Amino acid sequence: MTPATPEGALHSIPALLSRNVAQHGAKAAYREKEYGIWQSWTWADVAEETDALALGLLVLGAEAGDHIAIIGRNRPALYWAMIAAQKIGCVPVPLYQDAAAEEIAYALDHCGARFAIAGDQEQVDKIADARDGLTTLEHVIYLDGRGLRKYDHSAMSSYADVQDKGRASGLSAVLAERTAAQNYDSTCVMLYTSGTTGRPKGVVLSNRNVIETSKNSAEFDYLKAGDEVLAYLPMAWVGDFIFSIGQAMWTGFCVNCPESEHTMMTDLREIGPTYYFAPPRVFEGQLTSVMIRMEDAGRFKRHLFNHAMEVARRVGPDLLDGKPVGFLDRLKYRIGSLLVFGPLKNTLGLSRVRVGYTAGEAIGPEIFDFYRALGINLKQLYGQTEATVFITQQPDGEVRSDTVGVPSPGVEIKIAESGEVFYRSPGTFVEYYKNAESTASTKDAEGWVATGDAGFIEEGTGHLRIIDRAKDVGKLADGGLFAPKYVENKLKFYPNILEAVVFGAGKDRCVAFINIDLTAVGNWAERNNIAYSSYQELSQHPRVLEMIEGHVNAVNESVAEDDMLSGCQIHRFLVLHKELDADDGEMTRTRKVRRAVIGEKFDDLITALYDGSSEVYTETEVTYEDGRKGKITATLDIRDAKVFSNRKAAA
Amino acid sequence: MKDIADSYVTEDGRTIGKVLMDMKNITLRFGGVEAIKDISFDIREGEIRAIIGPNGAGKSSMLNVISGFYNPQVGEVWFRGEKRPPMKPYQVARQGIARTFQNIALFEGMSVLDNVMTGRLRQMQTGMFAQALWWGKAQREETENREAVEKIIDFLEIQAIRKTPVGRLPYGLKKRVELARALAAEPELLLLDEPMAGMNVEEKEDMSRYILDVNDEFGTTVALIEHDMGVVMDLSDRVVVMDYGRKIGDGTPDEVRGNQDVIDAYLGVQHD
Repeated sequence: MTPATPEGALHSIPALLSRNVAQHGAKAAYREKEYGIWQSWTWADVAEETDALALGLLVLGAEAGDHIAIIGRNRPALYWAMIAAQKIGCVPVPLYQDAAAEEIAYALDHCGARFAIAGDQEQVDKIADARDGLTTLEHVIYLDGRGLRKYDHSAMSSYADVQDKGRASGLSAVLAERTAAQNYDSTCVMLYTSGTTGRPKGVVLSNRNVIETSKNSAEFDYLKAGDEVLAYLPMAWVGDFIFSIGQAMWTGFCVNCPESEHTMMTDLREIGPTYYFAPPRVFEGQLTSVMIRMEDAGRFKRHLFNHAMEVARRVGPDLLDGKPVGFLDRLKYRIGSLLVFGPLKNTLGLSRVRVGYTAGEAIGPEIFDFYRALGINLKQLYGQTEATVFITQQPDGEVRSDTVGVPSPGVEIKIAESGEVFYRSPGTFVEYYKNAESTASTKDAEGWVATGDAGFIEEGTGHLRIIDRAKDVGKLADGGLFAPKYVENKLKFYPNILEAVVFGAGKDRCVAFINIDLTAVGNWAERNNIAYSSYQELSQHPRVLEMIEGHVNAVNESVAEDDMLSGCQIHRFLVLHKELDADDGEMTRTRKVRRAVIGEKFDDLITALYDGSSEVYTETEVTYEDGRKGKITATLDIRDAKVFSNRKAAA
Repeated sequence: MKDIADSYVTEDGRTIGKVLMDMKNITLRFGGVEAIKDISFDIREGEIRAIIGPNGAGKSSMLNVISGFYNPQVGEVWFRGEKRPPMKPYQVARQGIARTFQNIALFEGMSVLDNVMTGRLRQMQTGMFAQALWWGKAQREETENREAVEKIIDFLEIQAIRKTPVGRLPYGLKKRVELARALAAEPELLLLDEPMAGMNVEEKEDMSRYILDVNDEFGTTVALIEHDMGVVMDLSDRVVVMDYGRKIGDGTPDEVRGNQDVIDAYLGVQHD
């Protein structure tokens, strides 16, 4: 079935929903596991639920153009809340569920939300905290009423009550009028960017942005009704909006919501999605846990696994790409699949994945190849909120770990003199809400948008390769190129290293902070009879430092081979005594390192790395999950790494 | 001590009803040892009632009297306005009393779900044979009870460990599973024997939250023994303080906090 072109009446998400009701009315549109059972809602149910909520919002007095904040974990009812908002001409604004109260307060204030729809007591509490300074917020609607019985209900209602009032209201005519008033340029959604620098910005996306992008990307990967996705990534993230609303509405596939955040892996296995997205850290985490369990397995199993994986690594990617493979290798792969990869894929919940994507950060080549070897069609894409996700993606058969693919359908790309990547596409955002200045500095008159990333288009293949954030790419004191992310990514490809931050702009050499991965290093410590009582103690254990030193040396050796970036080798490093954390402002909520904040906060450590001292005493303030602050102190060892000379330069 | 009328409404808006259980002049002896000496107090419908005291004060013995496990030599136990004759534990359970234990008493080899299902035994009527065949009424009954259990699993947020054998769980979670099993019996009176013992601060906060939610959401009356004074003072409506088998204080947390005998028992008395 090819869906009609949006030139017809399909110019909004509610319009697509009506089409889906007509075409697949009785098929499952949303599922959620609750009380241990997968509950389903058909497209017809979804239409009824969203109508009821939309009417209820009308009863509460929602005007066209109002912003409605939505905050909570992935649940069908919250996705419907977004569609209900669109039905009455309001703008849904999903917010990050783990955001602190002040971050929520900022967003609510900035968009002037009159209504907020919260998942549970935790979110209601945060909104209540934020509410003190707000004049615009009128009413809070909550989904799970547990623990809220004793709250003041004068400006608060349950989701079901609002729906009931809506059903009884008789405002259907107003609703129909509001829905019909939507056109292709009406605002579809507003999403706050996580903000690697400064305050989050509200990215306004139109129906055109969302629907065109969903259509193009769905056609690119042949997504269709009957596909299954698991919605587990934050609802405030543009990717989740496109996968769980945009593409789901366009193609009519089914969106599955996990029972709770802790059951995600079990739910993944039960659903067996055919279309799956995960950031690299999820794939890394899964691989690490598989490897740890294999190391604990018996000798026979380990041998079988290693042997089968060797065949898979050699043959699997070629099979996926449709390249010729000899009969014997095919046979071996089949046997391996029967005995090893089949059950493994099933355990990981990836048996049925037809299209898998990863993005957000670079993924380690070994990790990437591991999944491809298993026969999982894992690909990379490059995108951002301002582009409604897609800028480039990898077509089937042209998948590699070091590129991010070719421009997505409808997207044009150019590389500026400075190396910064620019794009122009149907998905290009309308504006930053209430921020004309930033809009103008990001998007020029012709519609070209600066990505803020530096990269180049590879000769021959036309694939885009990203080196680093454009503003992070600097110069060393000797004029050599400094691209910290390039080195950090190489370091992070080691399972023992969770995060790395490299410094060196304007200096004569580079130094690094390293975070160990507690799961991997903890397991290694256990196997090697190394006792530790805390993260801090483990991080400073001489043998851990030795191991990390080995990794750093190996990375230096590989960096030395790059003609442009050989100056970025790490001369000295230390292992941090705490994990970098979004609660402490060291990372964004999407777990991207905030370089400037870290540089400032650990200023003393950087000084020590450059002044040649062999250890440094430091005090660090930490914020606990409930917002309280504490202090930790530590004495950190500083190690020198081996530096290699560039062979070509030396020759 | 405050003289309370038949029922009243607490500051946070809960209704405390009439006396549910009345302990009258209880004395319990083990041979020559008097574990409980002439203690009287009551538990009202809908309240959270704590029993505190130093080690060896007789708290657990008191809880065992309430649960019907021990029969006191002297004194009477009145439940729902009727004098309770000596009973077997299963008869007490039938009356709507469920408990958790200080040293977790779960079936280690069984999954969390199965453990919690055992709490539904009182609600099941079909016999072993019918259940083994899993046909007709037995099947319907299991479905209904499973639904009730799933609601409790959801309430206590233990979905992720539903199928995990209890033996593999950490201590804090086992305590939560035990609470789940007690709740599965839909008790009117829930007895908790040191629900926070051995927990870290975060686990204690979680457990307190669950106890309050249980009391609030299901209207369950809770009687608990606890060591952690901070927790007790925050949670309970009224507190009984015991020392060497005697009752030395009874009242709201504030009243108890100001009671000189209680301060002496906890901090020791200065000897001249």
